[in-house]
Amino acid sequence: MTEMQIDHGIERKIDTSQMKVTDEVAIQITEMNKWYGSFHVLRDIDMTVNRGERIVVCGPSGSGKSTLIRCINRLEEHQAGQIIVDGTELTSDLKNIDKVRSEVGMVFQHFNLFPHLTILENCTLAPIWVRKTPKREADEIAMHFLEKVKIPEQALKYPGQLSGGQQQRVAIARSLCMKPRIMLFDEPTSALDPEMIKEVLDTMIALAEEGMTMICVTHEMGFAQAVANRVIFMDQGQIVEQNTPSEFFNNPKSDRTKLFLSQILGH
Amino acid sequence: MSNIESHTIAYVRDTMIPEQDPPITETGAIKWLRENLFSGWFNTILTLLSLAIIWWSVAAIGPWLWNMVWNAGSLRECRELLDGAQGACFAVINDRWHQLLFGFYPSSLYWRPTLALILLFVALAPILFPDLPRKMLWFSAVYPFLTYHLLWGGSVWLPIVALLGFVAGYVAWRLVTRISPLAAVFAAVIVPVLWWIVVAAPLDRFLFSGLPWGLEFVRSDRFGGFLISLVIGITGIAISLPLGILLALGRQSDMVFLKSVCVIFIEFIRGVPLITLLFTASLLLNYFLPPGTSFDLILRVIIMVTLFAAAYMAEVIRGGLAALPRGQYEAADALGLDYWKAQRLIIMPQALKISIPGIVNTFIGLFKDTTLVVFIGLLDPIGLSNAIRASTDWQGIYWELFIFIGVLFFVFCFGISRYSMYLERRLKTDHK
Repeated sequence: MTEMQIDHGIERKIDTSQMKVTDEVAIQITEMNKWYGSFHVLRDIDMTVNRGERIVVCGPSGSGKSTLIRCINRLEEHQAGQIIVDGTELTSDLKNIDKVRSEVGMVFQHFNLFPHLTILENCTLAPIWVRKTPKREADEIAMHFLEKVKIPEQALKYPGQLSGGQQQRVAIARSLCMKPRIMLFDEPTSALDPEMIKEVLDTMIALAEEGMTMICVTHEMGFAQAVANRVIFMDQGQIVEQNTPSEFFNNPKSDRTKLFLSQILGH
Repeated sequence: MSNIESHTIAYVRDTMIPEQDPPITETGAIKWLRENLFSGWFNTILTLLSLAIIWWSVAAIGPWLWNMVWNAGSLRECRELLDGAQGACFAVINDRWHQLLFGFYPSSLYWRPTLALILLFVALAPILFPDLPRKMLWFSAVYPFLTYHLLWGGSVWLPIVALLGFVAGYVAWRLVTRISPLAAVFAAVIVPVLWWIVVAAPLDRFLFSGLPWGLEFVRSDRFGGFLISLVIGITGIAISLPLGILLALGRQSDMVFLKSVCVIFIEFIRGVPLITLLFTASLLLNYFLPPGTSFDLILRVIIMVTLFAAAYMAEVIRGGLAALPRGQYEAADALGLDYWKAQRLIIMPQALKISIPGIVNTFIGLFKDTTLVVFIGLLDPIGLSNAIRASTDWQGIYWELFIFIGVLFFVFCFGISRYSMYLERRLKTDHK
């Protein structure tokens, strides 16, 4: 295979000292199936995520990758099989769902910031109302994470006044304010202009460097190569192949994967 | 003239042109007139036509208003004073304003509704203007019970016992919410209702027999005029908004039973004219209630008007909810907010903001619809204007009464409308 083209140049050296995969299981998915009406979206998904893993999920559109990670915090309901997040099984029990959701952060393709609240209020809302953090403390936490994503000066503005890349970084900070143990990213850079993708990827890399357990649905193969310890390829609602990034990109096993890689990296 | 040769493009300016005034036709009033009134032959015709219409109207109404008479005991006296000239006889307002405002409320007690109206603005202030101290909301919460006592009087214990019903509901909600949030909602509804039906009346009688405190009682049939419009209108507005929110949420619910109850309610109420509901309230409701229960007519009307407005409100708010992107719900869910918190903090602030024009429309409509109560025998301003005309003194007077009533309604409706525009500006955070 020809040399990989790394999109949006991740030039900086990545500090891997904190990136340790442990033996502790963070997410356990067994024989999970999901249907939309009669359409079988996810078929027999088996997947274990250990604490500290950084997983990139890729695949053609309609392959079920977004649906898969949306099942992990029950934005979508699965109909068969089992999902256990941090020892809590996801069932229709609302208490368990809220418990899992407060431990799992999620970043969306379209940011989904709350337009009627300032950046700071976006970040403090869940800590104050879900975690019952006192307001002053929540403000401090929010400012800490806004500094981390490098936009503390925007704290008092409204989302509508920020660029797409800035909004997505706020969305990441908002999730982090809940001090989640797992972060899910659902195509975080797909809705961004090219020059803004890098700033969001940098934020995600910084997060990985701190040892966060991450599952990212993304087509940023440069990010996958630089940060992921495992790449999962999905097609037609099934996991077709998973491997380390170097093996996955340089030595893909299935024909479907080869075709996919040639399509996204070919030109 | 510049001396540039045709074949060269080099050019240097040697004298600077001083700033000059624009031509006279491009400034001030002339420019404004040209642009706004005479910008073409068609617009010029329209302008002249409008001026003619304004002139005719002023010529017709002007003298009538100019010659207005404020001091006279009857329409005949008015005509004698005018001596054949055209003139408005506003003396009728001077003579009967207290009736138009208060109906047959005892005149020695006018201070009670007046005080209630002044306190209304105090109670509304912290709701309308968030810069005011939040502690004032406590007064807003107590205000309805205080006003009930101010207007009707009677036992001071009745509103207090009624208020305790809400406290009972809150306690029930706090106790049950640990077990199940859904059951807590039902408990928060059922417990106060049981309290009001079973406990309230005996407790009130018991307390009143021990401590007979309270203002002089005023029967509902003494109420009238603008007082009755305000009582019905403001109660309707205050209750129909939360009720409408609940109905809109119920209509969106996944729970089939709840959803169908809300849909049936909304569609039924919207499919029926308000006047039939009012007749139901005044005539039929008594047949359905156990014999001997006296159920205040004003209260029945308030219930009907509120339900009517709530059904419309629910649909207006549903429109606002539908305009919100799904991502807002998902983001709230993903952060671990439960249903009620997500509604209160994320969904409703945005949905209500979108719905402000529709909500205000419904408010104003409700307020003006209160004049329909004249058909079931309540003496609102319209009803009283009929009564005033029926007296020998003022037989045959129309315009003056209706202008006065119209101005009263206009002041309130225009106030609501201006506030809603202020609110829309204040809540504008999307920077589109």
